[in-house]
Formats: sequence, structure tokens, C-alpha cells
Amino acid sequence: MIVSAKDIHKHFGALHVLKGVDLDVAERELVFVIGPSGSGKSTLLRCLNRLERPTSGSVRVDGIDMLAPSTDINHARQRIGMVFQSFNLYPHMTALGNVTLALRKVAGKSRAEADVLGQAALERVGLADRASHRPAELSGGQQQRVAIARAIALEPRVMLFDEPTSALDPELVGSVLAVMRSLRESGMTMIVVSHEMGFARAAADRVVFMDDGLIVEQGPPAAIFEHPTHERTRAFIGQIQRH
Amino acid sequence: MEEMIQAFFNADIARAAMPIVLAGLLNTLLMSLLVVPLGLMGGLALALGAHSRHPLVRWPLMAWVDFFRAFPPLVLLVLLFAGLPFAGLELGGFACVAIAFFLNTGAYYGEILRAGIESIPHGQVEAARSTGLSRLQTTTYIVLPQAVRNVLPDLLSNTLEVVKLTSLGSVVAVPELLYQARQAQSVTYNATPIVMAAVIYFLILWPLVRLLSRLENRALAGRG
Amino acid sequence: MTGWDRFAETFFNAKVMAKYLPDILYGMVVTIELAVLIILSGLFAGLVLALIRSLGVRPLNWLIIFIVDLFRSLPPLVIIVLIYFGLPAAGASPSGFVSTWISLALVLMAFAEEIFWAGITSVPRGQWEAARSTGLSFVQTLLEVVLPQALRLTIAPLTNRTIAITKGTALGTVVAVTEILGQASSAMSNSYNPSPLMMGATAYLVLFLPVVVAARWIETRFAWKR
Ligand SMILES: Nc1ncnc2c1ncn2[C@@H]1O[C@H](COP(=O)(O)OP(=O)(O)O)[C@@H](O)[C@H]1O
Ligand SMILES: [Mg+2]
Repeated sequence: MIVSAKDIHKHFGALHVLKGVDLDVAERELVFVIGPSGSGKSTLLRCLNRLERPTSGSVRVDGIDMLAPSTDINHARQRIGMVFQSFNLYPHMTALGNVTLALRKVAGKSRAEADVLGQAALERVGLADRASHRPAELSGGQQQRVAIARAIALEPRVMLFDEPTSALDPELVGSVLAVMRSLRESGMTMIVVSHEMGFARAAADRVVFMDDGLIVEQGPPAAIFEHPTHERTRAFIGQIQRH
Repeated sequence: MEEMIQAFFNADIARAAMPIVLAGLLNTLLMSLLVVPLGLMGGLALALGAHSRHPLVRWPLMAWVDFFRAFPPLVLLVLLFAGLPFAGLELGGFACVAIAFFLNTGAYYGEILRAGIESIPHGQVEAARSTGLSRLQTTTYIVLPQAVRNVLPDLLSNTLEVVKLTSLGSVVAVPELLYQARQAQSVTYNATPIVMAAVIYFLILWPLVRLLSRLENRALAGRG
Repeated sequence: MTGWDRFAETFFNAKVMAKYLPDILYGMVVTIELAVLIILSGLFAGLVLALIRSLGVRPLNWLIIFIVDLFRSLPPLVIIVLIYFGLPAAGASPSGFVSTWISLALVLMAFAEEIFWAGITSVPRGQWEAARSTGLSFVQTLLEVVLPQALRLTIAPLTNRTIAITKGTALGTVVAVTEILGQASSAMSNSYNPSPLMMGATAYLVLFLPVVVAARWIETRFAWKR
């Protein structure tokens, strides 16, 4: 298992947000996470790369214990990339600058090496010709693809996507999904929180349904979407398909 | 250590100097009560004028504001206090402070209020005028209340500066807090009265500083 | 002699002005020295305090907030007087120049810390998270990602505040600093003529008016937009 999270609990003060979540992800697997707003999907992803520290439980990524005090978390995070709903590109840097910052500062590459790798990453998301543009000069879809390039440039073993297309105008969603699909075809392990059911059907190996801080049920896309066993899953899927 | 306490926190001297220092505090408060409204009125006139669409009105007023923003208030004060007598015009220290502050802080208040007025979308004016309000009514009831609210932190911050600035009165023998404290210090050869003045300034202004720090953080964070 | 001639003879007396011009120019040099020292040390100290504050160590932050509040509440002239007339009792006798420098640098430090801090906190949390998720450390994120964005937001308010505090160099005259106002005042009492004072006032305008106009430009150039 390349990602193995066991009995994750997370409290925010009195709020119990994750109530004992287990999630194992195999190499090259694409796990798709769905669930109502506030069910803890984002928090779960953020526990995996320790942007949030779980209150209890264990997280291993590519053999590294992410919660051990002895772990160099900054180094470990190179193996687990993350893409955010709101892109979070650095507005004061060019697209290439965004992609190369961690290459230089964390991976220790020279500027020249980093530029070559960064340019290649932009190429993979189809934005080689936008390298010198600032985020403000790019469309939302292009910004999100730069954000993906920023993560994959570090050659992570796993990629986390937290609603990567939710902030996009509908006509821009396709370009981002296309990049995710090609990433998938290259064999990347991916955990995706999203409402894009079409993408889930086409690309996901497994769909995980979360509600109220727990994984309620999981299985192949066809099974979860066509024959959900739990009432809550059925209600949720019925709801989003009506939209 | 004992010597330090004697030099800065001498209880006997503090007791003796207390009436003198408190008299100074009273004058500082009175001065502030005079100078702040004066500056606000001057600033409002400047802001309304500088907002005018007529360049012959706007530019001279902008130049006026910049002139006094560039001019150290103490220089202005000394100019009035020590310069004017050569023109046969002898004003007291208090009058000089009042005039200098009217000019100086008026410019700052004016600049702040102008920014506030300019932050109000023109649609507000058009909506008000369309309901039959006159230009003056629109300014009074629609524009100014919103403008003031938008720049309230800056207005308060400038007011804090004005109160602090009243300490310049000590240079022209106005018996305000700092002046009185320095009188007491020169009589006793002891820094305790000045420490007392500092503590008093801190105690009366700290609440305002706290409030401002909150407002400013919120304002800046909101624009990120 | 007309009234105007008499006025000019008094306030713009050519002979007096020629005689004291070197003094005023010297005063300008002192004012500039003092201003540069205040700006450099005040802004630097303010930035350092803001960076320390971003580490989020509670007791340290309380201390910083107290220091900042203190120097925002006290009138600069009170601080100058306290240091110049008070410190000798504690065994240190700073010159008027040093007293003025330290006092105004402390005041600028306090205001600058507030402005830098507000700038740092105004950078959205997502910027921190994105940077940390790629493995950048806290300090790297602060210096490479957050600070450049924060500084842009702080340029306009910092410029205005710096000008206002730097003008306070004139207060040095109270503790016998030979800056412009000090030179002008003593020249005036030596010559029984206000012309040096007019020269001094002009000198301030020559120094500060371009800065104020530049600040206006900066304000529009770096207006709050991203
Ligand atoms: N930093 C935080 N502090 C307090 N509560 C939080 C924080 N982050 C998330 N929460 C709460 O945790 C719950 C789960 O949030 P989240 O993981 O974002 O849900 P989802 O991504 O499924 O919509 C929500 O109730 C949310 O308000
Ligand atoms: Mg979420």
C-alpha cells in the first residue's frame, strides 16, 4: 500500500470531524472520494500530507510515517502532491516561478536544472507557452493546470486533489480533467475529492462515500453509483444526479 | 537598582509633582478638545473642495494639503510663534498651537476624508439625486456617513496623532502635560515627573491604540 | 519703503540669508543623516519584530504587542525628552542626535511592525498551505511566498507613516540637535531676523515635498489590488 491511513480521528476544539477513518490506497490506484459538504473529505486529504495533524491514528505514505516526530515532513511532502480548489498559485511569481520554487528550495536543484524540469512539467499540462505569465494573466483552468504542474514537477508518488474543478467555469472544467486523465494514464496514484461523476465512472478504480466523519461505504464506481447499499449513500447520489 | 528607582520612580517627588502634572493633563485634554474638532472642520472643507470636479478648485487644495503634509508641525509652530512677531503680530503660545494644528491636522484629516468620499460609488449619488435630494442633502445624508465609516480607522489614527502632537505645545510654553512635567523635572533635577507624564499619556491613549490595531488589521486583511 | 518692501526686508533679508545659508545647508545634512538612520533602523527593527511575531510564540507576541502599543501611545517628543534628560541618571548620556535617532526609530519600529504584521496576516491561508504542501519549510514559505506579497500591500501605508515620523527630526531641536530647525532658530536669535527661519522652512519643503508627491504616486500605483 502506498498510502495507509489507520483509525484517523480529528478534532477541531469540541468538533469531532473525523471519527476513525481507515483508507488504504494501492500503487497506481485512483480513489474517488464523495460525500456531503462538511463530511470531512478535505480534512482527510489534509491529514494525509499533515497540513492538519490528526488527533490520533497513523498515516504512512510510501513507507514513511508521516506523523513521527523524527520524519522530515518537508522532505516527505515532496512525495505527496496536492491540488487545491482555489489553485493557490503564488500571485507574485510567473507560472514557471510557481513550478520551480520547491524544486530549488526543497529538492535542492540549481536554477537551471529547476527551469528545465519546470518547463517539462508545464509541457505535460499543455502550458509550455505560458511559462512567463503571471497567474492573474491566466484563465482559471490554466491556473489550475499550473498548480498541477507545480505538484507533479516534484515527481510525487501520490497526488491529492481537493475539488480541483469546483471553482471553475463549466467550459474550463474539461481541460483540467483531461490533464488529470493523462496523469492517471501515466500511472500516478491519485486520491480525488470531486463532484465530477462522469470522471469518476470513466477513471476511478474505487469510489469512497464519506458522511459525518466516517467512510460509509466504498467499492467500484458502477457498484456505488448504481447499487448503493446504504440509505445515506443512495440519498446523496440521488441528490447530485438530479442536478 | 535603588538609584534607578530614585531617579525615575521617586515616590516623594511623584507626590509633590502630582498637582503640577495633573494641571498639565487638564490642559492637554482641553487642547485636544479644541484642536480635534477644528482640524476635522478644516479637513472636511478641504475634502469637499478637493472632491470638486473643477480643477481650479481641486488642484490648489491638493497642493495645500501636500504643502502641510510636507511641513513638520513644529516648524510651523515656531514660524508662527517666533516669526510672526517680526511682522508685528504677537500671538500667544496657545493661539499659535491652535492655528498650526488647524493647518497641519486639517490637511491630514482632509486627505483621509477625501479618500473616504472617493470610495463611495457614484451610483449612490445618482440614486439619491434621482429621489429628489439636493446636492447638499446627498452629501450630508448619503455620502458623508458612508465615507466616514469607510475611513474610520484612519480618522481615529489621525486623532491619536493629534493628541500626541499637543505635546509640541511645551516648546512654546503652553502649560500642557509635557511642559508641566519638564518644569517639575527642572526644579527637582529628577526624571520622575517626565516618567509620570509618559505613564499618563500611555494610560489615556492605550485603549485607542488597542482599538486601532484591531480595526487596521481587519481593514488590511479584508483587502488581501 | 512700501509695506511689501519692509516685509521682504524683514523676512527675506538677502544679507542675513547669505550669511546663514551655510548653517542651514549644514542643518540639512544633519537632518538627512538623522532621517536615513531612523528609516533604516526603524523599518528593519519593525520587520524583524513582525517576523518574530509570525512564529506565534505566545509570551513573545504579548511582549511585542506591548512594546508596539507603548511606542504608538507615547508622543515622540516625550520619548526624546525622557531619553535625553532621563537616561543620564541611569549612567548613560546619549547626545541629542542619538536621543532623537533612537526615539524616532522606536516609534517607526512600532508603526512598521503593525503594518508589516497586518500585511503578513492578509496573505490568504491557501498560500501557506500550497507552499507547505510542496515541502517548503515555515521560514521558506514566509520569506519566499508570504513576505513578497505582504510587502506589496504595505508599501503605501509604510511610506506615509515613514514620512510623518521622519518629519519629527525637527523635534531634535528641543535637545540641541543641529538639524535644520535648530540651525535656523539659533541663526534667528543671533541675527534678530526671521529670514533664517524662512530658509529653514524652505529647506524642509525642498526635502519633504518631493517625497510627499512621490507618496501620492505610490499610493495609486500600489493601491490595494492583486
Ligand atoms: N481549521 C478548522 N477549524 C475548525 N473547524 C474546521 C476546520 N477545518 C474544517 N473544519 C470543520 O470540519 C468539518 C469538515 O470540514 P471539511 O473537511 O472541509 O469537509 P468537506 O471537505 O467534506 O466539505 C466542517 O464542519 C468544517 O467546518
Ligand atoms: Mg472540502
